[in-house]
Amino acid sequence: MNLAAAFFYLFSAIMIASAFIVIVARNPVHSVLFLILAFVNAAGLFMIAGAEFLAMILIVVYVGAVAVLFLFVVMMLDVDFAELKEGFLQYLPIGSLIGIGVLIELLLIVGAWAVAPSSPGASPTAVAADISNTAALGQILYTKYFYLFQAAGLVLLTAMIGAIVLTLRHKPDVRRQVIADQNARTPAEVTLRKVPSRAGLQG
Amino acid sequence: MTAWLLPLILIVVKSVALIVVLLLFVAYYLYADRKIWAAVQLRRGPNVVGPWGLWQSFADLIKFALKEPIVPDGANKLVFLLAPCVTAMLALSAWAVIPVTEGVAIANINVGILYIFAISSLSVYGIIMGGWASNSKYPFLAALRSAAQMVSYEVSIGFVIITVLLCAGSLNLADIVHAQDTRFGLLGWYWLPLFPMLVVFFVSAMAETNRPPFDLVEAESELVAGFMVEYSATPYMLFMLGEYVAIVTMCAMMAILFCGGWLSPIPFPPFTWIPGIVWFILKVTFFFFMIGMVKALVPRYRYDQLMRLGWKVFLPISLFYVVLVAGVLQATGWGAGMALRP
Repeated sequence: MNLAAAFFYLFSAIMIASAFIVIVARNPVHSVLFLILAFVNAAGLFMIAGAEFLAMILIVVYVGAVAVLFLFVVMMLDVDFAELKEGFLQYLPIGSLIGIGVLIELLLIVGAWAVAPSSPGASPTAVAADISNTAALGQILYTKYFYLFQAAGLVLLTAMIGAIVLTLRHKPDVRRQVIADQNARTPAEVTLRKVPSRAGLQG
Repeated sequence: MTAWLLPLILIVVKSVALIVVLLLFVAYYLYADRKIWAAVQLRRGPNVVGPWGLWQSFADLIKFALKEPIVPDGANKLVFLLAPCVTAMLALSAWAVIPVTEGVAIANINVGILYIFAISSLSVYGIIMGGWASNSKYPFLAALRSAAQMVSYEVSIGFVIITVLLCAGSLNLADIVHAQDTRFGLLGWYWLPLFPMLVVFFVSAMAETNRPPFDLVEAESELVAGFMVEYSATPYMLFMLGEYVAIVTMCAMMAILFCGGWLSPIPFPPFTWIPGIVWFILKVTFFFFMIGMVKALVPRYRYDQLMRLGWKVFLPISLFYVVLVAGVLQATGWGAGMALRP
């Protein structure tokens, strides 16, 4: 067993264990922390597979941003999770149905790969040895899949605008600081009052 | 067995050596920080322990380590003690990819800069976990504010890094330094064409590491210590250590991205005979001095001003500069990454 295989089993074992704890942990904050651990181990698996760019982006986007929001929400909401978990088992049938579906899909892919390793779509395209993983991704994204890439960007932009529109409120009676006005003030506009000692400000 | 045991031992020895040297430097950067601050305010600063107070940092270390760590009643003990460890460990692990001189880095990985970016985006967890696990309102609120601050400034740091990447054509930190190795020396480094980005990075780095004038996380005169209110002794020291290591990391990033890392500013002998690590340390020290001066000179920002600066000033400027740099490189073909194009 070489070093890469040892680390593969280490990361996989930790990932599966932490994914399990995500579901069973009583404290929701612990769940999210173990979810983060699972993400980090997934990034480690990507790293072993040679997808270093994906590994780093997974950490930056999911762990550094998305999971922070999860953690915020879970910490701020005071939810009684024991009560929430009361009818937990009623979701067992539909949950196992989805799980079995995913398992079948995985088996189909691995099966096709095992039967005919050269069949198209069964195995990932081999990366040329002379360019890095990041450069290869960039080349394929900005040439072959350029329009799809742009379309994905537009979808994200729509979602972003949607989020802003949903949360934007114009409150009329809120005093806001306008920095340009502040900077444009001169000593001539400022009224200085001489306040007599021990008398307070009258009027 | 020995095939991978030997490299493993080598990596461990190298890492330990780097961490020891780094911590020694951090101890004296901390001392320098206090001395600079004191000098600006016409005070003496630490001057009691050892000659000119040179052992002050080590005295602090011993003091923190010998005191009793107090875990508040009702705190989530495990997360409470994990949070400072996470902060310190993440801050130290960023140094795994930093090339201190030609060919000397623990791991010269292809995505080095993304690794540093990922590590610095993870450092928010130490703060959130610490604030939440303290089981107290004040640390929790401070942690939320701090997390919002760090997430905001990461965005502009990301765009600044993208402009450098466009020019260098690589995510590898050593390659970024090599791309700045021209016969113009000092004038060939990226600080000259990307000067606005250096300023944005400098300010964002201070906000990201919660340095004054953006230290409204800790704001000792108003908030006591923000998310670290409940921390004492060694856990507190780990937070402080993580913070200072992160600041030095940011200085190293500025040296590598904008000031040619280990390169000599004057590209001919006898200046090129000086080892690269000396130049690197000088550059890091220069940026640390600048950050120390800012701490002494600039008053603290208000929270809304901080958010405005991040989202309404730095983000548009850096976004515009990404488009500008990409356009100029495309039009002129100057970028080092142009050779990669199919």
